[in-house]
Amino acid sequence: MADSDTITRSAPDTVKILIAGGFGVGKTTMVGSVSEIAPLRTEERLTSAGLGVDDLEGIEEKKATTVALDFGRITIGEDLVLYLFGTPGQQRFWFMWNDLALGALGAVVLIDVRRPETSFAAIDFFERRDIPFVVAVNGFYGEHPYPPEEIRDALALPEHVQVLLCDARERGSCRDVLIALLDQLIASAVQSDGGGRLTPGGP
Amino acid sequence: MGGGDTAGRLVRPFALTGGRTRPSRADFTLITTVTAVDPPPTWATRPQPEHQRILRRCAEPIAVAELAALLDLPVSVVVIMLCDLLEAGRITLRPPHPVSRNQDMNLLQKVRDGLGRL
Ligand SMILES: Nc1nc2c(ncn2[C@@H]2O[C@H](COP(=O)(O)OP(=O)(O)OP(=O)(O)O)[C@@H](O)[C@H]2O)c(=O)[nH]1
Ligand SMILES: [Mg+2]
Repeated sequence: MADSDTITRSAPDTVKILIAGGFGVGKTTMVGSVSEIAPLRTEERLTSAGLGVDDLEGIEEKKATTVALDFGRITIGEDLVLYLFGTPGQQRFWFMWNDLALGALGAVVLIDVRRPETSFAAIDFFERRDIPFVVAVNGFYGEHPYPPEEIRDALALPEHVQVLLCDARERGSCRDVLIALLDQLIASAVQSDGGGRLTPGGP
Repeated sequence: MGGGDTAGRLVRPFALTGGRTRPSRADFTLITTVTAVDPPPTWATRPQPEHQRILRRCAEPIAVAELAALLDLPVSVVVIMLCDLLEAGRITLRPPHPVSRNQDMNLLQKVRDGLGRL
């Protein structure tokens, strides 16, 4: 097996999806439920370089911060691997999502049904940057007091954003959330193929 | 563990790779896959212990984030060493699948089907 230049013969193609949401909403739990490996933890040093002035609001350390990232892996096929990254839940680290979001297929915004407001910042983040996402409501103790439509209204989500009820501890439930995200991505790809770019949340 | 005191002596070969453009850290995202070149190029010099540890871990293709987690080192530190190894011709890398506004339908369908099999 001789030379290939920089692209290795057997290295798989890789893609990623972000699992975002407020502090303690179950992001790492969700990653662990669907990942084929126990969630791995790594540290990433992030700088605020290249961020707009608005983005720096509320960040005291403007140079570099170290944050922990959880991630898991799903082998789609011999030549394709999907990585799931849990974003850091602490609000003061949300600016690092910029780096993390780069090159992501899309995101799942997890919501703790008992305190949905902790995930508002995540929804804003993806909406503002036009990054496709679905909203998954983690029932904690399997309880879902609100139907999806009520949650959509409360969060003022546009029609094309799917809202799902889930249990972050259950593999099947988390898989269905990811499938819903892919279906949403496929639907909007079909639509933009047929002329006219989608403008999610646009006027 | 170990090797810290010898690091200074062994750093030199990597500092002497002159001429070639230094790879940029931007070449390495969290999901960039790296693979050790086997056999190593004939002009390869003996890597430092830390670099050797990385080479062993990427005998099979592995993503940068996984490598960092397994080595229990910050991603930024691993990336610096991967730059050295790339420059020394000891690894190859594969960038992630490019994602654009108009997403690649084949790819999406493939991921969708894979998830369906879970
Ligand atoms: N009962 C119940 N507990 C859950 C559920 N999801 C997560 N938990 C628990 O809630 C706690 C927080 O969950 P994590 O998955 O760590 O949440 P996270 O969003 O990763 O938290 P941060 O990364 O700290 O923001 C853990 O103790 C989980 O075991 C759930 O659906 N039901
Ligand atoms: Mg977590």
